[in-house]
Amino acid sequence: MDIRIQNIRKEFDRFPALHDVSLDIRSGELIALLGPSGSGKTTLLRLIAGLEFPSAGRIHFGDEDASEKSVQERNVGFVFQHYALFKHMTVADNIGFGLRIRPRGSRPSRRDIRRRASELLDLVQLSGLEKRFPAQLSGGQRQRVALARALAIEPKVLLLDEPFGALDAKVRKELRRWLRELHDRTGHTTVFVTHDQEEAMELADRVVVMSQGRIEQIGTADEIYDDPATPFVFSFIGASSTLPVVVTKGTVTLDGQPLSIAAADLPDGPATLYLRPHELEVVAGGDGAITGTVTAARRSAGSRLVEIAVGTARHHLELQLPAETSVVIGQTIAVSPRRWQIYGTGVGPGRSA
Amino acid sequence: MATAALSRFRQPSVIPGFGLALGFTLAYLSLIVLIPLAALIVRSAGLGWTEFWRLATDQRTLSALKLSFGASVIAAAINTVFGMILAWILVRYRFPGRRIVDAIIDLPFALPTAVAGIALTALYAPNGWIGQWATPLGLKIAYTPIGVVIALTFVSLPFVVRTVQPVLEEIDTQYEEAAATLGAGRLQAVISTVLPSLLPALMTGFALALARSVGEYGSVIFIAGNIPGVSEIAPLLIVIRLEEFNYAGATAVAALMLAISFAMLLVINLIQAWSRRRFGHGA
Repeated sequence: MDIRIQNIRKEFDRFPALHDVSLDIRSGELIALLGPSGSGKTTLLRLIAGLEFPSAGRIHFGDEDASEKSVQERNVGFVFQHYALFKHMTVADNIGFGLRIRPRGSRPSRRDIRRRASELLDLVQLSGLEKRFPAQLSGGQRQRVALARALAIEPKVLLLDEPFGALDAKVRKELRRWLRELHDRTGHTTVFVTHDQEEAMELADRVVVMSQGRIEQIGTADEIYDDPATPFVFSFIGASSTLPVVVTKGTVTLDGQPLSIAAADLPDGPATLYLRPHELEVVAGGDGAITGTVTAARRSAGSRLVEIAVGTARHHLELQLPAETSVVIGQTIAVSPRRWQIYGTGVGPGRSA
Repeated sequence: MATAALSRFRQPSVIPGFGLALGFTLAYLSLIVLIPLAALIVRSAGLGWTEFWRLATDQRTLSALKLSFGASVIAAAINTVFGMILAWILVRYRFPGRRIVDAIIDLPFALPTAVAGIALTALYAPNGWIGQWATPLGLKIAYTPIGVVIALTFVSLPFVVRTVQPVLEEIDTQYEEAAATLGAGRLQAVISTVLPSLLPALMTGFALALARSVGEYGSVIFIAGNIPGVSEIAPLLIVIRLEEFNYAGATAVAALMLAISFAMLLVINLIQAWSRRRFGHGA
């Protein structure tokens, strides 16, 4: 089902958590809400669920206005960050909870509930664990039980709050792939919150990057990575370095030295040059290159990470060079960016063609 | 065998000083609790079985014990329900004056119980503020078992609140929210998720309130009227026997109270251990 979020604003005790957020989620889509803590991503997820109500704005589920509907009426599957499994119930009772508490008229029979629970356990690959208590399961298993419990009520939308946050790296990777498969198989419209960009990029059809209660950019992994809409997105996604530059009549200068970077469409004035470590290459030097002194170098897997201090103000710049490049601390090095992005103050981005 | 048994207690531990700590605990417990209680038992054992039985089955003794334990169970039950509601409000809501309400809860602890008894009597006596409205309805509160229950409810109020409060604070609202997303109504969510976790704390609170009520003396004697066989509580009967220099009678009542209290607390503890296993709070 489509979800349309229109101009949502949310304040907690006058403290704004979301400012005028709008987002269209298409039916069957897998969406990631990505941002640092305090960016409002969990608040947005809870608003969709009906666990919070917006201070202003509307939320539509399909053609229906769900803004005033209670969490019970919205019929969403919600997986909590720490799973919130009922400790005093077995796995089967946890999964069957949503069916067992229905009013007598719409409640399936005991046997149907039991059958549904074991079907769902098969789906999440935990067959045979019906009788266990949550305390007897590993983190990854609890996560999957929480998911099965959320799916038991046949929700229209599946919402997951930091679904892999509390798991170790290996389990997280496995579950990530598994969740993607499950989504492709069941086709639920799914929204999940994460602060892990790798997770968001790998898993989601579209990523919503949020910061300080606002949506910075909505797009596919390619769009977000290759075409970041704001300085925040550029620096939040992937590694990056910045250099303060000045734009004068389409020429970009660093410490008064012109750089071989075109900025014809940018207005004059101070601006910030954004660079990625792996998009910088060592050049022979001379005009237009960024020159600096090596302050640190370390080997990391297939590449060499080099830090240089640029110009008189010794701006910090990171380079990711091929491992065979040998550098000496104190050596002068000249680099040229293959790709870059310039953000002026209060104006849109200029970028490498 | 002896060394094997000993070595089980002497496993290497990161917390040293087990022997010393246990020795101190036992010595302290003996001095403060066990020796006085043992003296009581020795004293009543000296009565001989027939004599003890005669004193224990005395009509006045039996009705005093019945009133003491009956009223205490009722008072503890009332406090379990309302204490939980009070704790809930204090933990879950933020309202002006919350700190003051929180402080008021402890007042029954701090107030000399005789003062409480006199105040309650003044309120509930047939010409008191509340009593004058109850009398026309044919309800006599002071000088009846109802008065005893009210006094005991007053003095044992803090126990349930103070045992439930910290446990409730630890219970994350995510469980209720999870129940709500699965379609549970508010009350349904609380009953199915919060209550099972609160059960051990509720029982501890109930046991403490019960123990306090059984031993209560000061506040009750003013409001009860102390009519033998009707509103005379067991602790008062003990005092009366002592004043009559009837030490044997006093020890018999005391030993019975001790035995019943111990049995009740043991049963509550067993239920609690079972429910902890069953509902696994904190596991």
